[in-house]
Amino acid sequence: MVADRGVVPKGSAEIFFRKVKFWKGDEAEEAPPVFNVDGVNYIHAKVAGLMFVATTRANVSPSLVLELLQRIARVIKDYLGVLNEDSLRKNFVLVYELLDEVIDFGYPQMTSTEVLKSYVFNEPIVVDSSRIPTLGPAAMFMQSTKRMPGTAVTKSVVANEPGARKRDEIFVDIIEKISVTFSSSGYILTSEVDGTIQMKSYLSGNPDIRLALNEDLSIGRNVGNSMYDYRSSAGGGSVILDDCNFHESVHLDNFDLDRTLSLVPPDGEFSVMNYRMTQEFKPPFRINALIEEAGPLKAEVIIKIRADFSSSVTGNTIAVQMPVPKYTTRVSFELESGAIGQATDFKETNKKLEWSLNKIVGGAEHTLRAKLTFSQESHGNLTKEAGPVSMNFTIPMYNASKLQVRYLQIAKKSKTYNPYRWVRYVTQANSYVARL
Amino acid sequence: MAPPVPNLPKTSSPSQPSGKSEVADLKLQLRQLAGSIAPGSDDSRREIFKKVISFMTVGIDVSAAFSEMVMCSATSDVVLKKMCYLYVCNYARSNPDLALLTINFLQKDCRDDDPMIRGLALRSLCSLRVANLVEYLVSPLTTGLKDSSPYVRMVAAIGVLKLYHISPSTCLDSDFLAMLKALMLNDPDAQVVANCLSSLQEIWSLEAGNLEAVSREREALLSKQVVYYLLNRIKEFNEWAQCLILELASKYIPSDSNEIFDIMNLLEDRLQHANSAVVLATIKVFLYLTMSMTDVHQQVYERIKAPLLTLVSSGSPEQSYAVLSHLHLLVMRAPILFSSDYKHFYCQYSEPVYVQKLKLEMLTAIANESNTYEIVTELCEYVANVDISISRESIRAVGKIALQQYDVNAIVDRLLQFLEMEKDYVTAETLVLVKDLLRKYPQWSHDCIAVVGNISSKNVQEPKGKAALIWMLGEYSNDMLDAPYILESLLENWNEEQAPEVRLHLLTAAMKCFFKRPPEAQKALGVALAAGLADSHQDVHDRALFYYRLLQHDVSVAERVVNPPKQAVSVFTDAQSSEIKDHVFDEFNTLSVLYQKPAYMFTDKEHRGPFELAEELGSLSLGTGSVEHVIPAQSYEASDNDLLLGTSEKEESRGLGNNDSAYSAPGYDTSLISLEDKQVQPESNFLSLAVPTMPSHTSSVLDDLLGLGTPIIPPPPTLKLNPKAVLDPSNFQRKWGQLTTSLTEEFSINPQGAVALKVPQALHRHMQGHSIQCIASGGQPPSLKFFFFAQKEGETSPFFLVECLINTSSAKAQINIKAEDPTLSEPFSTLFRSALLALSPS
Repeated sequence: MVADRGVVPKGSAEIFFRKVKFWKGDEAEEAPPVFNVDGVNYIHAKVAGLMFVATTRANVSPSLVLELLQRIARVIKDYLGVLNEDSLRKNFVLVYELLDEVIDFGYPQMTSTEVLKSYVFNEPIVVDSSRIPTLGPAAMFMQSTKRMPGTAVTKSVVANEPGARKRDEIFVDIIEKISVTFSSSGYILTSEVDGTIQMKSYLSGNPDIRLALNEDLSIGRNVGNSMYDYRSSAGGGSVILDDCNFHESVHLDNFDLDRTLSLVPPDGEFSVMNYRMTQEFKPPFRINALIEEAGPLKAEVIIKIRADFSSSVTGNTIAVQMPVPKYTTRVSFELESGAIGQATDFKETNKKLEWSLNKIVGGAEHTLRAKLTFSQESHGNLTKEAGPVSMNFTIPMYNASKLQVRYLQIAKKSKTYNPYRWVRYVTQANSYVARL
Repeated sequence: MAPPVPNLPKTSSPSQPSGKSEVADLKLQLRQLAGSIAPGSDDSRREIFKKVISFMTVGIDVSAAFSEMVMCSATSDVVLKKMCYLYVCNYARSNPDLALLTINFLQKDCRDDDPMIRGLALRSLCSLRVANLVEYLVSPLTTGLKDSSPYVRMVAAIGVLKLYHISPSTCLDSDFLAMLKALMLNDPDAQVVANCLSSLQEIWSLEAGNLEAVSREREALLSKQVVYYLLNRIKEFNEWAQCLILELASKYIPSDSNEIFDIMNLLEDRLQHANSAVVLATIKVFLYLTMSMTDVHQQVYERIKAPLLTLVSSGSPEQSYAVLSHLHLLVMRAPILFSSDYKHFYCQYSEPVYVQKLKLEMLTAIANESNTYEIVTELCEYVANVDISISRESIRAVGKIALQQYDVNAIVDRLLQFLEMEKDYVTAETLVLVKDLLRKYPQWSHDCIAVVGNISSKNVQEPKGKAALIWMLGEYSNDMLDAPYILESLLENWNEEQAPEVRLHLLTAAMKCFFKRPPEAQKALGVALAAGLADSHQDVHDRALFYYRLLQHDVSVAERVVNPPKQAVSVFTDAQSSEIKDHVFDEFNTLSVLYQKPAYMFTDKEHRGPFELAEELGSLSLGTGSVEHVIPAQSYEASDNDLLLGTSEKEESRGLGNNDSAYSAPGYDTSLISLEDKQVQPESNFLSLAVPTMPSHTSSVLDDLLGLGTPIIPPPPTLKLNPKAVLDPSNFQRKWGQLTTSLTEEFSINPQGAVALKVPQALHRHMQGHSIQCIASGGQPPSLKFFFFAQKEGETSPFFLVECLINTSSAKAQINIKAEDPTLSEPFSTLFRSALLALSPS
């Protein structure tokens, strides 16, 4: 989308890359998403490891441009099935064609995959998704950004699968990112669930859909009171969201009555609803960490993790990190006996110890011991020199907020019409931190 | 989007890099296929077109294949056509002759049966951007606007805007604007309506001030009829067009409060939209509508909190940053309304530094009696942060909260604990804060000094921290037993001390200490003065000399100067003026909020948002930018220092005669004026004659004698200006809008002259002496902005318009000249520059 109107200098792509790469010279500080070089504003968003950049000389709405860049990325993904460097390369003519219809002279035009279908003619060259390296079973939800990750579906919305006729199906994913900060004494200082209900429809003929949520769902906490003075036990398991927003296509006519959303899902992937909850919830993992002096120039770290959820659920790709004092020179780890699928590492350059576990079954507890060796005497308080412990994880078929999809109803076209529906839950760590 | 780098097709040719042989090869293949109607020939053409475009993408020049591409374009295959259009639009501008070749087939396609082909062809035709082909655009555009297909009308509506950018006169002379207006109010298709609105807004704002009719049209866009028509249909539009309409609505001025509530009720559900741009645009409407209704305005703040917070946590990091910046702006405007939401602004692990910095500022702003304890506790956690810059910012935040005087007691303890962490940068930052704290709350000196006294000065390396420590040593010599001896040891390393700031503080501390504990500190003072006098740094040397002479003169006077009874500082100045903050708020939902500065500081004039151009001159004319109307030149009175508008010579001289003490006349060099401009008015001569009576003149003459700071003055230019040129602000705006910049220059100005610019009037008068009139000025030092005009000698001669940006701290100037006769812009620029360079302090 560079230089759509010819008002931006030719070398702007180079200027952009230089600026982003060497923001603030040697400091490893990340460039902000919006910056100005010689009167040209560069606005960029990272999606799936790719940079989407817009340039303008006008004082535009940054949110509009960033939303548009995200939308462009999604439209391309809808078309190509998979969004990565390889698929872009193979389909650049198609991408040009899409951009041409999406923006005209800097003004956004059609941006829904649905509408674009009638104006775009290049057939996507589908990249074989099975060849894309995966990182274990949860890779489908693992995209390192905060953005709610895409669904597992890597099927193009428009391409016809060779040999197979198009299958009628719809995917509904309830994806929750949780943030919890534990105090040094194990209290929860802050907690938040940021959730999204993501939908990807391959239904032919755009039928009506009804999506029913918990009947006892309520929205908006008492304004005026601090949102953190939890009502004690919150009326027996009801879900109270702080706030939520909805996709354009959603009709809320019955929402107040019976908590159902009705919509005609457009083709492609979109968020039906985003919500935010600060109501107290049970954190899936408890972290216990401590650091103690163990003789001159030595200290011991003990990290315990307990999975506080049902044993029918398994958390996976767990990664625990903890910064240790700057003058740490050596770390020796001691895993519990019989540990499988666990690994440890001491990152010398940024003085962090890392502990990864392939999976944790609900109810299980795991412990790591590490002996640190220092190059100098520590002054006083070790807890000010080390920590906090942070944790990353993915827990499929688990959601912290207890928000449920009670049913997903698809208006029937005929008696035999019975499309596949997939409703899936997944919870991920956003910022999951325990202080020492 | 990152340019896709396609795999270069493998060819038999071994010479890959230049791509020349490939291009020749492709040409040949295209020729062979040109007339072919054999089955499958479209597929082979597609393959070759793809190759051509992939070359184009990686920057290989394939314009040589232009005629072959055009030959192959006679096809019914839409994919082929689209690739061909893409190719043509890319090369038309640099090959206008070849572009002519395409007109024929594009025009033909504009009449195709398929509306899609018509739309595509029209879009490409308008995107050729070749000035001498505009005549071919008018008729297809006219037809396009009346097309039965909304797709074509939509393309045509933007096409009009494209035409305007190639040739404004062609666009305005045809009846396009009226057609767009009619379509906007009548077309059933929402996107057509939106595109008409976009085009009209942009064209009318670029035509700002050109004709009275245009400004009436602009106003008509903001009429109740239009705004209500669009708002009532808002749900028919896609989210981007909704933003456009909301932006328009935010400029609408309702007639009564009922209207305000109607609009807000109508838009209430837009706050639940998942698109952050729609929500922010809605919030802008709400905030602006309720500006004059304090209670409702405050309710709006309460209402928008939750949606904003949801957007911050649900979007991509980039989107959430853009929303958070707006939240930051609101928090800074009304911190009290957010005081219970502080936990939302806690930093999260893994957040980028630019987000954490915003959050720290917000936490600092909303700290009050009820939440200070929690906030400070949280901030203290960040001090141990791995990221040093966040750690520093956190310490500063704690200090700032302390200076806001809530619960200082607990905070001082926290700050002092930082000193025990024994991290260099933590200690340095903390010392600076402790110093500021003591200046405001001297009562804490005992607690602080006890801890500070334990810090070994060897552990403090950063100049700011070191200077703070030394300041405390001097100030509290009586409370710190070792003070004279610590100073002594620091003085021993005088020569290794790099920062002049530290050496200056050493001098002062030695003096202070001397007056408090003379016998012990005498030695230190002697060492300090000797070292200071020998110092190569001017300021250090001067201060040492000053102290030395002061002591020689009278020791008790010296004591009164160096150690006066201290008064606690009550308020520390804010870094950013409230005018700037208000200005940024006026530009809600734009980049200004992210940069935290108003648009005029980072955007050139032509590229401000629609409807902002006309306001600019007005806002500049008052410097602060808070009032938005242009003051007519006639209302100016020379004696009034608050009005910055230029005026005619006559009033000027009257002002001088009556009131010469009230204004700061620039110190003219008579010889300069006569050299440069033989047309100096008698009044101006009077002015330069009057100058020698002013004491400042002597110094500037002295400077000139010494050859200090007098830049080389270019040879006298030949252009002569009309000293009595008159141009009223609206005409100025019109001309400014019409003309294009003919010359842009950057140069240094006399640094002493830059000092004189503390009072912008000084420059107005000075330039007037050179027959260049100022029409508006503004900005905040060090960045000043002026608009000037001048006229070539003669009643009806062409005008010159100048936008002049001056940075007083770097003594740099940038001028953008728009000339009615561009051939004269060069000599005029020389003249302007020499006039500006002659500016010296008054």
